[in-house]
Amino acid sequence: MNRVAVNETISVMKPKRAIETVSKGLRKRYRAERRFRMLGLAAVIASLLFLTIMFISIFGNGYTAFFQTYVKLNVYFDPETLREDTLARADYPGLVKKTMRAMFPEVQGRRDKRNLYKLVSSEAAFQLRAMVLRNPDIIGQEIPVWVPADDDIDMLMKGHIRRDVPESERRLNDKQLAWLDRLSADDRIQTRFNWTFIRSGDSREPELAGILGAAVGSFLTLLVTLLLSFPIGVAAAVYLEELAPKNRWTDLIEVNINNLAAVPSIVFGLLGLAVFLNFFGLPRSAPLVGGLVLTLMTFPTIIIASRAALQSVPPSIREAALGIGASKMQMIVHHVLPLALPGILTGTIIGMARALGETAPLLMIGMVAFIVDVPQGFNDPSTALPVQIFLWADSPERAFVEKTSAAIIVLLGFLITMNAAAVMLRKKYERRW
Amino acid sequence: MTPLTLLITLLVLSSAAFYLGRRRAFAVADPQKGIQSLHSRPSYYGLLTALWCGLPSLLLFGVWLTFENTIITNLVVADLPEQVRTLSPDRLSLVVNDIQNLVSGNIVSGEINPSMQAAADRYRNIQATSSAALAVVALSLAIVVALAVRRRIRPTLRARNQVELVIKIILVLCSTIAIFTTIGIVLSVLYEAIRFFQIIPITDFLFGLEWSPQMAIRADQVGSSGAFGAIPVFLGTALISAIAMVVAVPIGLMSAIYLSEYANKKFRAVAKPLMEILAGIPTVVYGFFAALTVAPFIRNTGGVFGLDVSSESALAAGLVMGIMIIPFVSSLSDDVINAVPQALRDGALGLGATHSETITQIVVPAALPGIVGGVLLAVSRAIGETMIVVMAAGLAANLTANPLQAVTTVTVQIVTLLVGDQEFDSPKTLAAFALGLLLFIVTLILNVIALYVVRKYREQYE
Repeated sequence: MNRVAVNETISVMKPKRAIETVSKGLRKRYRAERRFRMLGLAAVIASLLFLTIMFISIFGNGYTAFFQTYVKLNVYFDPETLREDTLARADYPGLVKKTMRAMFPEVQGRRDKRNLYKLVSSEAAFQLRAMVLRNPDIIGQEIPVWVPADDDIDMLMKGHIRRDVPESERRLNDKQLAWLDRLSADDRIQTRFNWTFIRSGDSREPELAGILGAAVGSFLTLLVTLLLSFPIGVAAAVYLEELAPKNRWTDLIEVNINNLAAVPSIVFGLLGLAVFLNFFGLPRSAPLVGGLVLTLMTFPTIIIASRAALQSVPPSIREAALGIGASKMQMIVHHVLPLALPGILTGTIIGMARALGETAPLLMIGMVAFIVDVPQGFNDPSTALPVQIFLWADSPERAFVEKTSAAIIVLLGFLITMNAAAVMLRKKYERRW
Repeated sequence: MTPLTLLITLLVLSSAAFYLGRRRAFAVADPQKGIQSLHSRPSYYGLLTALWCGLPSLLLFGVWLTFENTIITNLVVADLPEQVRTLSPDRLSLVVNDIQNLVSGNIVSGEINPSMQAAADRYRNIQATSSAALAVVALSLAIVVALAVRRRIRPTLRARNQVELVIKIILVLCSTIAIFTTIGIVLSVLYEAIRFFQIIPITDFLFGLEWSPQMAIRADQVGSSGAFGAIPVFLGTALISAIAMVVAVPIGLMSAIYLSEYANKKFRAVAKPLMEILAGIPTVVYGFFAALTVAPFIRNTGGVFGLDVSSESALAAGLVMGIMIIPFVSSLSDDVINAVPQALRDGALGLGATHSETITQIVVPAALPGIVGGVLLAVSRAIGETMIVVMAAGLAANLTANPLQAVTTVTVQIVTLLVGDQEFDSPKTLAAFALGLLLFIVTLILNVIALYVVRKYREQYE
């Protein structure tokens, strides 16, 4: 006899009881329960799915930027063009063109020739110049040289430019493709690790653009931020947590700190523009100003984290220190601070990681300029990693999509390292009292 | 001497002063009783000397650097030929700029005439003199003060109390920086905004329906007289934020509920850190993702259904912003849900409610104030978020509520108005500060309410 039958017989025999009302709706309620649970799981899965899609899309787009296509040219270092007295200013682009013409003697007509020259990057001329200046003995010899290919060729080799679309919609025409095929048939095309991307500053040419300038800019900016916001944040936290009386004034400070932590970052940029640049006349685009602005943004975070760390030090420690005659300052410096330090450092690293990813305030103070040189000091114009990402994301060339993604990978790498360091610090030194 | 070397020299001097003071303390101590006769431990005498050696000079150093540029510039300008000095302020500032460029060896706009070259040389001269003077004054001040303090060291000198007082003053100063920052924000934004409202009436700004912040550069230029009605900009912000909340609140809340009420330990240990990664990703990355992946996807999907979707649709920006805010909502909700006393749950379960009924009818209502506070904070975040909208939302201010069209936001306008070359008397740049003021006020109100609600709620269950 199944349950339904039992229920029916019972209901026939006896008047209704509460339990029947309950069991009647029970199946529906269990269904609702399962549905609710599934909904919760779906929400978690959805957010993780977004994360996965984002990572896949960025890594899929970006990992190729760490490789670059190179073309082998047999360069004859012509003594005619390379005179002893004008080696530094000789016509190296002409040398590259001559080499290209020698490799494809059948190419005639100005337009075709120009298309031919477009196969290699403008860097080729500089590379030849560097070779000659380093070793003038090579003049008069024919030497195979690997030079970076143009970004369009690079994109084609990485499969971002498709061969099957009509010629008019392609960045490379059919002739260029034929030349390329011949080059690859001759083993003159190779993909190598893209050291340029790691070693050089920004450039208008995607194949020459690198992130070193932005990374150094970020480093200098963060250094200023760390040097200012860590002492200020810890000092303020110590005062508020250990010394301050509870009164209106400290309440006001507290409200201010909590509120500053939630003020939109772009407002800090406005502050930096109006105060640091226009009022104090500090240089635009400088890591110093960027660091100052990020300090104002970061120190509330550090204060909040440090206060939590100080709070977690048990009062018995303080009482013991005071009990054996330490002054309040000695108690803090000798006992409370060392015990709270791991927590404070964890909070600081997390704050720094946030500052590293911050873009909007830096846009306001002019760190968005196109800067080729790697900054040498705190007053040099520079960009920062996230700003470089923003700049490249705005560039129209297809090859910059790849560079942008790669820069994001580098940025995320730094962030993950910092956060992992924070987690490890917490795991290793955190004490439960 | 460059500022950095001077700073390092000062630090070295201070540490020398420390040893000087400490040795002095040992020297003045009673030979019989040793250091017991001193009021404080010897290092406090050292610290006192070091602090007195370093602090006044550092203060001088800061003040000097702050005003150095202005004073030198004024001196140089005063020496410029008559016809240059009587130029209009704008032109004069151009000339000054050129001189400064000459000094730092940058490329100069226009030709270098001898008077400018002379001014630049003079500038460089004064600069050299000034930095030399600064070095001499700062270092001698440090040495003199350190020696004076050293002379004052006696066994009865209450060095520890004095050092602690100085440290305490420094701590108090550090904690007031928060207030100064807020004041700085308010003043800087307010000042420029007031200048803006002197040109454009505040009612036009708040209630105008058209936003096109182009100003004519020359008086005789055609078109673009500029319209500064901020309503379309506000609506765009509201639209994108609303889309973001529609995405973030249900997903964030449900994941918080699932993670805190249903998930087993193992799942939580994996899922929670992963969601926190979502919170740690820089917004510029979200912006790139929105512009590169989400916006084309939405446009193509819309195309399949025959909808005309803009490639900078509010939907794409809002969606991605929602994803960004999910972990924010979920971690705040997680906190408040965990703060609900277990007794409430046990009571409901004991009465025969299912788990989901307990949650929807007991836990969530009990946690509601906290959740609302969290959502308000999230809204304030969405309104102030910049990079996602700069990269994925439009620039043109359309007065529309259609999420498939491009709209612009307050933050986008601030960025576009202020990035690049600016002149600080045109309404165009000042408008950015007016928008910034509004942004600050709105987020401030939201934050204060949210923080108040959350705090009140926490007290309720403590």
